[in-house]
Amino acid sequence: MDQVLSVLTWALLLSGAFFLVTGALGMVRLPDVFTRMHAAGMADTMGAGLILAGLCLYSGANLVTVRLVLILAFLWFTSPIATHALAKAALSGGTEPYTLGAGTDGEGEGGGAP
Amino acid sequence: MNRVLWLWGILFALWLPLSNHFEPLFIGFGLATCTIAVVVGARMGIVDRESVPVHLVWRGIRYVPWLVWEIFKSNVRVARIILAPRVRVDPSIVHFEASQKTDLGRFIYANSITLTPGTVTTGIVGDDFEVHAIVQEEIDGSEENDMNRRVAVLEGEGG
Repeated sequence: MDQVLSVLTWALLLSGAFFLVTGALGMVRLPDVFTRMHAAGMADTMGAGLILAGLCLYSGANLVTVRLVLILAFLWFTSPIATHALAKAALSGGTEPYTLGAGTDGEGEGGGAP
Repeated sequence: MNRVLWLWGILFALWLPLSNHFEPLFIGFGLATCTIAVVVGARMGIVDRESVPVHLVWRGIRYVPWLVWEIFKSNVRVARIILAPRVRVDPSIVHFEASQKTDLGRFIYANSITLTPGTVTTGIVGDDFEVHAIVQEEIDGSEENDMNRRVAVLEGEGG
């Protein structure tokens, strides 16, 4: 039973880490602020979510788990608001969203080439 | 009044696991703090359907697992875009009409859109949602309509 639990914990922690790393990679590879926000959203949702789920399994049924769930709930309530504020600020600041048709070499940002 | 009691209960249920002290003195502090917070809130007139949406709890419990599954699916889709040998994005900003009737329903819908990677709500004017999508298919698909419908069901009749 302990074995199964620790394997599950590790699986959740590692897949959470995978989404965090992928989100970070997206910050580098995607072309503009709006598409990068989607990558950051991955780290907020699945990255943090899977890691906290893994920690919940690790700590078992006690108050620590309740607190971990609360952290996740607050994170999932607040992060979309922060993302929305960022998007709105970028739009009203006059940032032109990257589109496929409009040239790929504006402002030194390659069109997502590796 | 009912809503005030609900708020008090929720605040105390939140305070208890966060404090982790169960001596009578600390419990008393917690009870007093929650009472003061609720009394101030009630006197300010901010305890209403929007700030304490307890009428959504039961329908919300059915909505959350579906939302988590949607978040998982779109995470995998965005991860696939990022990890592809050549990043191929086709971002666009689209406008569409949401079918929620209350501000609270629109808020839940907008946050659900933003919470699923690949789509971000950038603006709402009345019914008109402005959404940025990393690839067009993220917003054209039937899943977006599905979410719209489910949030409209969640907010219930007239919110």
